[in-house]
Amino acid sequence: MPTIRVQAQDFDAAAEARALSQGRTDIGALVSFVGLCRDEGGRLAALEIEHYPDMAEAEIARAVAEAEARWPLLGVTVVHRHGTVRPGEQIVMVATASAHRGAAFAAAEMLMDYLKTRAPFWKRARRADGTIESWVEAKDRDVASAARWDER
Amino acid sequence: MKAVYFAWVRERIGKSEEEIEPPPEVRTIGDLIAWLAGRDEAYAHAFENPKVIRAAIDRAHVKPDARLEGAREVAFFPPMTGG
Repeated sequence: MPTIRVQAQDFDAAAEARALSQGRTDIGALVSFVGLCRDEGGRLAALEIEHYPDMAEAEIARAVAEAEARWPLLGVTVVHRHGTVRPGEQIVMVATASAHRGAAFAAAEMLMDYLKTRAPFWKRARRADGTIESWVEAKDRDVASAARWDER
Repeated sequence: MKAVYFAWVRERIGKSEEEIEPPPEVRTIGDLIAWLAGRDEAYAHAFENPKVIRAAIDRAHVKPDARLEGAREVAFFPPMTGG
């Protein structure tokens, strides 16, 4: 049963990852990825992250189901924040557990690629001078990165 | 049906959700975008470039040719920038 959470508050990535393997002896590989908010060379004061409640969880669950159909996973955790996130803070985490590292690495990468392009979240930058920037534009390289998984 | 809007689509329209009653000839998501765009300048601005509009029916992604029959909630938003 995967753990999927969309929340405003910060999370303990180490504890989330540790929980995947706790009390188990069949897991040989645990991959944990954390996406952080950058300050863009000091220009960014915060990210404002809007999301579509319920669809965000549903879409992450669909991505996790695809990953589970593809690789022999023994555990998956995805946590994504919304609201205000400041530089240095965590935005998202993906943790995957499997018997071997290949599946865990690949599944974590696919899940992050899918989160970037399919999960209903939209970022906007608040500048250090207090002004709100226009919405972050989707990047072609993220779309291309996600498309890799469709071709296999 | 209920329509919900996010990010700059929401800002341009000036509301996050509303009840809509499109006429029967509006059968697909593409039809609905064209119908909404004809409402007033704010909607026209939000939907001026249908190619960049993403849509969902009942909280699952759909393409412009998706049919609206049975839809309870339709959503329109820009390409996503999560992660």
